Amino acid sequence: MDRPMATPDEARFEIRGGVSAQQPHDSGHKHVTGEAVYIDDMPDLAGTLHAALGLSTIAKGHIKSIDLSAVEAADGVVGILTHKDFTDCNDISPTGKMDEPVLSEGDIRFHGQPIFAVIANTRLRARHAAALANIEYNEEKPALDVGAARAASYPDVTEPLTLRHGEPHSALKSAKNRLSGQIGIGGQDHFYLESHIALAVPGEDDEMTVYSSTQHPSEVQHMVGHVLHVPSNAVTVQVRRMGGGFGGKETQSNLFAAIAAIAARKFKAPVKLRPDRDEDMIATGKRHDFVVEYDVGFDDDGRIEGFEADYWARCGFSADLSGPVTDRALFHADNCYYLPNVRLSSHPLKTDTVSNTAYRGFGGPQGMVGGERVVEEIAYALRKDPLEIRKANFYADDGRDITPYHQQVTDNIIARLVAELEESSDYQKRRNEIIDFNADSPVIRKGIALTPVKFGISFTATWYNQAGALVHIYQDGSLHLNHGGTEMGQGLHTKVAQVLADEFQVDLDQVKISATTTAKVPNTSATAASSGSDLNGMAVANAAQQIKARLIDFATEKYGVDTEQVVFEPNQVQVGNQRIAFADFIKAAYMERVQLSAAGFYKTPDIHWDREKGTGRPFYYFAYGAAVSEVSIDTLTGEYQVDRVDILHDVGKSLNPALDIGQIEGGFIQGMGWLTTEELWWDKSGRLRTHAPSTYKIPLASDVPPIFNVSLADWSQNREATIRRSKAVGEPPFMLAISVLEALSMAAASCADYKVSPKLDTPATPERVLDCVTRMKAAHE
Amino acid sequence: MRKAIRFLVNDTLIERSDVTSGETLLDFLRLNRGLTGSKEGCAEGDCGACTVLVGRLSQGELKYETVNSCIRFVGSLDACHVVTIEYLKSDDGVLHPVQRAMVERHGSQCGFCTPGIVMSLYALWLGNPAPAAEDVETALQGNLCRCTGYKPIFDAAIAASEQAKAQDDRLIRNRDAVKQKLLELALDRPVEISMGDDRVIVPEGVDDLADTLQRHPEGRIVAGSTDVGLWVTKHLADISPVIFINHLSELQKIEELSSGLQIGACVSYTDAISAITMHFPQMKDYWFRIGGEQVRNMGTIGGNIANGSPIGDTPPPLIALGAKLTLRKGRERRTIPLEDFFIEYGKQDRHSGEFVEGIDVPFLATNTRFEVYKISKRRDEDISALTGAFLIELDGERISSARLVFGGMAGVPKRATAAETALKGQTLDQSTINAAKQAMQSDFEPLTDMRATADYRAQVAANLLERFYLEHTGTAAQLNRRGKAA
Repeated sequence: MDRPMATPDEARFEIRGGVSAQQPHDSGHKHVTGEAVYIDDMPDLAGTLHAALGLSTIAKGHIKSIDLSAVEAADGVVGILTHKDFTDCNDISPTGKMDEPVLSEGDIRFHGQPIFAVIANTRLRARHAAALANIEYNEEKPALDVGAARAASYPDVTEPLTLRHGEPHSALKSAKNRLSGQIGIGGQDHFYLESHIALAVPGEDDEMTVYSSTQHPSEVQHMVGHVLHVPSNAVTVQVRRMGGGFGGKETQSNLFAAIAAIAARKFKAPVKLRPDRDEDMIATGKRHDFVVEYDVGFDDDGRIEGFEADYWARCGFSADLSGPVTDRALFHADNCYYLPNVRLSSHPLKTDTVSNTAYRGFGGPQGMVGGERVVEEIAYALRKDPLEIRKANFYADDGRDITPYHQQVTDNIIARLVAELEESSDYQKRRNEIIDFNADSPVIRKGIALTPVKFGISFTATWYNQAGALVHIYQDGSLHLNHGGTEMGQGLHTKVAQVLADEFQVDLDQVKISATTTAKVPNTSATAASSGSDLNGMAVANAAQQIKARLIDFATEKYGVDTEQVVFEPNQVQVGNQRIAFADFIKAAYMERVQLSAAGFYKTPDIHWDREKGTGRPFYYFAYGAAVSEVSIDTLTGEYQVDRVDILHDVGKSLNPALDIGQIEGGFIQGMGWLTTEELWWDKSGRLRTHAPSTYKIPLASDVPPIFNVSLADWSQNREATIRRSKAVGEPPFMLAISVLEALSMAAASCADYKVSPKLDTPATPERVLDCVTRMKAAHE
Repeated sequence: MRKAIRFLVNDTLIERSDVTSGETLLDFLRLNRGLTGSKEGCAEGDCGACTVLVGRLSQGELKYETVNSCIRFVGSLDACHVVTIEYLKSDDGVLHPVQRAMVERHGSQCGFCTPGIVMSLYALWLGNPAPAAEDVETALQGNLCRCTGYKPIFDAAIAASEQAKAQDDRLIRNRDAVKQKLLELALDRPVEISMGDDRVIVPEGVDDLADTLQRHPEGRIVAGSTDVGLWVTKHLADISPVIFINHLSELQKIEELSSGLQIGACVSYTDAISAITMHFPQMKDYWFRIGGEQVRNMGTIGGNIANGSPIGDTPPPLIALGAKLTLRKGRERRTIPLEDFFIEYGKQDRHSGEFVEGIDVPFLATNTRFEVYKISKRRDEDISALTGAFLIELDGERISSARLVFGGMAGVPKRATAAETALKGQTLDQSTINAAKQAMQSDFEPLTDMRATADYRAQVAANLLERFYLEHTGTAAQLNRRGKAA
């Protein structure tokens, strides 16, 4: 920040803001002043109308009668929308299953299902009008969770998956030790600070421009095209930034965009739809909660010989992304451990609740929590430190390197990572001290745990692993950057701009990042699966290399030099013996009619996945990490605090260490919230009662461990040819928080002298911790 | 009488004769003034994305405090100075030290919570030249960030305090001039604005309030709006005719009498901190677990009592202390034990046209032991699952009297009378406590809701008495963040 300004003729050793620089977020200076524009901050176009939703007040049944006359007659109202306005297509199911109506056609499938929308000249008037609906229902008893759905024999919402390797059945039978059990794993609301929003602006002919807070502009484009019954080329979707996404805006934006677009067409005016926080939380999907049933056989060292698990997921009323989410849960049940004989089955259950969706980790965290519970159970059964069991089961080279989906683990670094963290965090010494402390502390107990993470990188929908970019260089040498990824806070635009700056060796401030729009880069994938930098960074590099090739051709011809004599140096180009300022070089190229624009493209190589057979290489590579957490609990109340956390994480060769550490810290704390205080609570009639921050408790500043050491494994680089050998970072650190859960378990287990498996389910609220303590005390007596 | 609300937003004088009862400051800033830096994250005063500073005259001084603009009503801003995120950057485009530190320390990711966080850190920076990590935590209790995990924000807060000092800040430099301006704006009260059926009233003083309530017994009294704000934003309630009383300096006083504290109904939690922590140090940690900073700056003790909630934070300890409530109607006053004010869920002993004027809190006798405990899912800025406040008077080793008061265990804040009886006259030892815990099971039939099950509430209520006893014996029985105890 305090470095001197560039002068055109100055030759510097390196550019500002290149790859691996600790560059602040490209919008940081606008975030802090309030100048960064989110969709609701855009000045209203003349005549803008506002929509509000009417939501069902029951969880299951049918609409008996609906009277919206008071709604229509209310002050400021211009009209309403019902399912009848979606004449061509009343569906926004992202996987084409046609199981997700925009507005209810009479069936009610969850509490909070949108039934109608009202359009008024102000948002407040629309909200007031929406409250005036008179709807009567024939109510039926809902099945709200996995237990109820299984009891009522509810179907799967999508095709289940089984992964199989070896002979689990016989291995379980022959194992010296065997145990079985189950764990309940709670869901999670995304709680992005910016709720969903869409603004639809009608254009000429059949055109519609939609500003949407979405991670997946192309899908919003498709959905809007479907409901409007126009081709994709009539719909433009734009997003400059989101106020957080975390997976919650991968498919869930479709609803708001579809309604805004239909309303904009019907009333021939721009229409904005911004639900309030409660509606957002009630009407949109969340992380899936799971019940995992497991059966494991192991030897006296805790080495797993046979493993079977069933992953039952509450999916809600429709499929949405539940198929790939529950698949990914199975892909991560093994975490870092070799399971020689294994069967893993998913059961994506339909329930009468909101349809669950993508959330950071995409089922992986739930899969991993299930697997880690089993490791913990083995440790308590054998009276060993769970870390010993972990080490005994790590993937290794000696043939112990095949995953349950038959992909060979070739880039395994977990043993080294864990050894380094164990050492740097002083794990063994602290564990012994904690055991001593607990022996003398009647009320306050402590726990410590070291847990590892191995996370597979790539969309398991193989065709999603492609990306596009558009790069222009203008005559003055300034660069315009566009790519298919969306910015939700993760710093994707910053990293990708760093790649572009690095390619041309120009200072980062020469690059202008522009809003993601379907009109510039088509057919994009969701910014999800941690893939943003991997895919879009490569696409941008590809675009840059195309332009560079033309520039080199131009230079060799114009200046009569060989190809290798044209070198892009910091803010200048060396051509033979002369050095030309970058802007002058570009101007010269323009005068020679060189094309200074390119569309870049990238597709991840070498990946394939046969879902029918349950075999393949779904992941291009793995990202690794490990964390040690230390906690204290109050055995009278179940209250707890996280006292210290140490993390060592693998991001390969970092594109931007500052942003990567931000992802690790933020992901960890979000994961900690998921496993501790964030509890989704439905009442018996199926109403979600934790639908705002007053009732749904995400971590606060005072929940952050006072000692919080985060380091990058700086020796790691990606073995695959990813962008500058970096690794994805969005999701993997989320699962480092499993160490908090297990540390809480240990603190509770101290009440039974560590002889009984604590089986602490999640979220481990103070109430669940106290319940666990009570069980431990009872078992000890 | 005036027919307009007058206040300052940054450097602009606002005079509004068309204010309606439920108009929020956030909507006014965003929709009317185009000041879109402040964000709506929750519209219930919990996430802090809408945080602004409000400067107000309090006991003759101009105080700037963070507030949640999403639940602050425009009608309550008469003679105030609203400072928004747009005011921080200098006119020549230089970032404020707090803003610069946030950028350099990577304190923003998605950026949506950031303006609110910057405002909270700005208030901290103005008031605390060398904040410790605990101070930053407190300053951020009312701000949620979902992206960063807060660590870089801590770093930024500390770095900002090292970069520059507050005396050069324009809010400090202009303090006298702004104070003078606000004194002028406050003239000519009362204010009364009628828009159709809607009516906003800002009384001139407490006598005027009493008279106004005689004329408008249906009037909705609003002080801090930390609860009524949600009736409007969440339930779209019509609160007209509304009577704003947060500016009434006569109700903002804390008198230190020889027998105890006399607290005016409009004393905010923040204004009460020094008196409470001086005389009731046992309440210090508890007090800082009421809401977040913004809520403590807005909310009043009188409002916390008058709204009758079974889970309000102040009634259990105040009842345990034997506080008395003064209610006023016209020129007549009556004083009742605070516990008698709460009749049943949703019903209080407040007559039509009557208002809460003040609370008398007696000091502790020397031979007493007093503690208050709050249990919630998240330590800070959470509504309690239950609260226990215990006061016992000892005659040697014998318990001569006991007041055990719980919030969250019944439809009103309620004493555990069976447990009290089990304690009274007994020696304070483990067997007495066990008997009281046993007796307590007949005192309550708690509910199951999203905050806790009935079983948990019952178990923990008894265990809090255990904690009370263990702490008396010197056993560590409570977590203490940042390693101070445990």
